[in-house]
Amino acid sequence: MNVIRFIVQNHQQVLDLTLEHLWLVGVSTLVAALIGIPLGIAIAHRQWLNKPVLASANIIQTIPSLALFGFLLPVPWLGERADRLAILALTLYALLPIIRNTYTGIRGVDPAVVEAGRGMGLTESQLLLHVELPLAVSVILSGVRVAVVISVGLATIAAAIGAGGLGEFIFRGLAMVDDRVILAGAIPAAILALAADLGVGWLERRLQPR
Amino acid sequence: MHSTDASPVIEFRDVSYRVAGTQVFSGLNLQVQRGETLVLLGRSGSGKTTTLKLVNRLLSPTTGEIRVKGVPVAQSDVIQLRRGIGYVIQDVGLFPHFTVERNIGIVPRIAGWAEERIRVRVLELLQLVGLATDIAERYPHQLSGGQRQRVGVARALAADPEILLMDEPFGALDPLTRYELQREFFLLQQRLHKTVVLVTHDLREALRLGSRIALMEAGRLVTVLEPEQFLRSSDPMASAYVRAFGDGLESAANRGAS
Repeated sequence: MNVIRFIVQNHQQVLDLTLEHLWLVGVSTLVAALIGIPLGIAIAHRQWLNKPVLASANIIQTIPSLALFGFLLPVPWLGERADRLAILALTLYALLPIIRNTYTGIRGVDPAVVEAGRGMGLTESQLLLHVELPLAVSVILSGVRVAVVISVGLATIAAAIGAGGLGEFIFRGLAMVDDRVILAGAIPAAILALAADLGVGWLERRLQPR
Repeated sequence: MHSTDASPVIEFRDVSYRVAGTQVFSGLNLQVQRGETLVLLGRSGSGKTTTLKLVNRLLSPTTGEIRVKGVPVAQSDVIQLRRGIGYVIQDVGLFPHFTVERNIGIVPRIAGWAEERIRVRVLELLQLVGLATDIAERYPHQLSGGQRQRVGVARALAADPEILLMDEPFGALDPLTRYELQREFFLLQQRLHKTVVLVTHDLREALRLGSRIALMEAGRLVTVLEPEQFLRSSDPMASAYVRAFGDGLESAANRGAS
């Protein structure tokens, strides 16, 4: 119960760091979706692009997060502000699930449906907008969902390079060997992950074609 | 108008199609006349579906030329070409996330028809293919196979195209429903006089629906015959079909006798 008392006593800071955390996750997921969804569509339509793109996204995923933050630190414009750097790193990690699910979702659309649409004179963009995307939307969103949940966890490490977020509490708690402080960061982060999971899950069901 | 009636609506001129080095077919010459139902009959892999897809440019020929209403398809706007051709496939390909009404109305809608006109047209088409109008609000997964195929035909007819391409349209149906739909389609065609190219491997369907039957085998057009001629044909491929068809009936009768 000490944890709760600590959180209540420091509620303003918990709130600030939570918002900071949300901002890191939100911006990076948005950017990753803006890049990843078109890229996923592109590789679904152009098979030869599929291997190199997915392989690159896979390789990025294997770089340990702390190392990636470290690598990016000396990059000129990025290194100036820790949050820029954290957002870039989080974006890179979010790409793989989003690209892969977009690819899977679009490829999973019944070829007969696509052929019928094309055969009756839908343009490629009409086909994408009215047929492929609506039918793939729940698979794409479940990729976004995975990306968000991963990001919430990873963003705690961003505190190591001074980007803020709930990781601040965790690192501080580790340094002070104080469980209360660690949990003051870990618990809100877990709640955030769950809330994001439920939120995107809800959106997924709302947009699911019948 | 009589002069245009004489010219073929669809014409294949010395068409060959190759994919990844293998010849699917070559030297195809074929004409489809206005208002007729030309059946492409052949077994799987004979090139009949490929022939069909060359008409609406889902595929492009390696050599040769296909003309639709006198215009080479390679030179026509592909989207306009396809919107002027109804297309029905075996798997129907109804949009699962659209209601029946939106499925049928899609081509008119993308062609910019007014909503009211689309609605009227959809109801008219539902009636035409023998479906109750209350089906309009349903989704494809709530329909039976026969109903789905009817919706597929209605969708292909939506913008009143002159040409209808049908790739084994009744192939996935049970025999009774298939028979019913074939009969209804025959009656429908007597009223509408569309120029139809229909692909099938079923001789019975070919005889029932075709004005002429184009028999294909291994990428070659064997012969083009009217149904009565087909039954009496001395062509070995054609008579093989007739024999296989007759044997089926005979052996069934024999089993009944024993």
